[in-house]
Amino acid sequence: MPFPTDYKYTKEHEWIKADGKNATIGITSYAQDSLGDIVFVDLPKPGADITAGKTFGSVESVKAVSDLYAPVSGTVTEVNGDLATAPEQINKDAHSAWMIKITLKDPADLNALLSSADYEKFVAEEGGH
Amino acid sequence: MGAKMVEFNGWDMPVEYPSAGGIMAEHSAVRTGVGIFDVSHMGDIRLQGPEALAAVQHISINDASRLAVGQAQYSALLYPEGTFVDDVVVHRLGEDEYLLVINAGTREKDFNWVRDHTRQFNCKVEHLSDDFTQIAIQGPKAVNLLQKLTDADLSAVKFYWVTRGTVCGLKNILIARTGYTGEDGFEIYIPCDEATSVRVWNETLEAGKEFGVVPCGLGSRNTLRLEARLPLYGHEISDTINVWEAGLDRFCKMEKPDFIGKASLEKAKAQGTKRALVGIEMLDRGIARDGYKILDMGGREIGYVTSGSPAPFLKKNIALAYVPTEFVSLGTELKVEIRGQGVRAQIVPTPFYKKPKKP
Repeated sequence: MPFPTDYKYTKEHEWIKADGKNATIGITSYAQDSLGDIVFVDLPKPGADITAGKTFGSVESVKAVSDLYAPVSGTVTEVNGDLATAPEQINKDAHSAWMIKITLKDPADLNALLSSADYEKFVAEEGGH
Repeated sequence: MGAKMVEFNGWDMPVEYPSAGGIMAEHSAVRTGVGIFDVSHMGDIRLQGPEALAAVQHISINDASRLAVGQAQYSALLYPEGTFVDDVVVHRLGEDEYLLVINAGTREKDFNWVRDHTRQFNCKVEHLSDDFTQIAIQGPKAVNLLQKLTDADLSAVKFYWVTRGTVCGLKNILIARTGYTGEDGFEIYIPCDEATSVRVWNETLEAGKEFGVVPCGLGSRNTLRLEARLPLYGHEISDTINVWEAGLDRFCKMEKPDFIGKASLEKAKAQGTKRALVGIEMLDRGIARDGYKILDMGGREIGYVTSGSPAPFLKKNIALAYVPTEFVSLGTELKVEIRGQGVRAQIVPTPFYKKPKKP
């Protein structure tokens, strides 16, 4: 399962793609596969602050609700409105179906995150099936 | 088969089959074609003897004396308090032979209950749960699929009737036109050795290919029964909920001379029911789930969700909930507390889904 090498990852299965002070956040293909058909996404509004390690929303499949955890701290600038009506886009292509765009509070936060190789290893150990 | 597995009441069960397309696709297959479920986790208790009917009448709420041989009925076993031990389908298999099919999670409890409360009747009570593999074949095309596998004339078997026939070469197999999906369908009871079970499962899948059969797990089993307003023990019915609250009046024959729980139900009816099970549909974005609080429009907590989920076929978010009787009118607006926020919903008629009448 290839995870884009220019993204960073969390153990809660979020990805973040940083570009200077800005970043885009979503959930990984492993996460969408575990969840099954995604039917609902609950995201913050532009202007909201997110805090590293704390929940910033949730994603729901038919059977389950999963919290979304902020990989870094920052402020939401844009929210992907498509996901309100077509949450299944996440199942189709999780690494393109971004959820929120933010300005980073401290780019150094990124250093604590997993590389694509580390995340792949983590997923192999956690999942296995 | 690549199923995603989960633990359910002590059983290792498939939640969904990704190769089938997952819960949504499985649900859709049952509503428009056919799906098959391994429901062997359910339990089976047989009562046999000269007083088997009297025993069944004593422990259950429906009137089993109306059953002809080969006929089945939905019923329930109650505690003296009028609350539920379990819901059950009673099948009359012979002159003095009745089969009770019960929930997986309540097998031991139910068997002990049935045995302990029928000692005074001249009948044998046997726990046959581990003797059978039970496969459910459900959907408008279920009859077409099963007919390929059996010599029994399924067109002669009406809904909630049973027959016996040769299935997949196995003789004298019990075939019941019953199910837990709100669709037409059958449940077959076959010998439980692994080789037979696997063979029949695979032959059923093969025979169903032309009808687009999919294997279905617990996830779609739950969304299907929820759309059809079928209760699940521990949610809509339990040992703290009575027959009137659960809205199962029509299965409860109070004209029966006596049955366990009758006196309490009479008292409860005289006192008036305080809460009732209603169907709700979300009006604003959000999914009501099991255990979520129900609030009135002022934000005051008034009840709770017993079962809630997206409804794949209806494309709505629905739930069953207990609310005080003053709130039960259709169209009443309420709120469901979802992650700290009250989200608007309204009371709608149930069942949410009814299978189309055959032309």
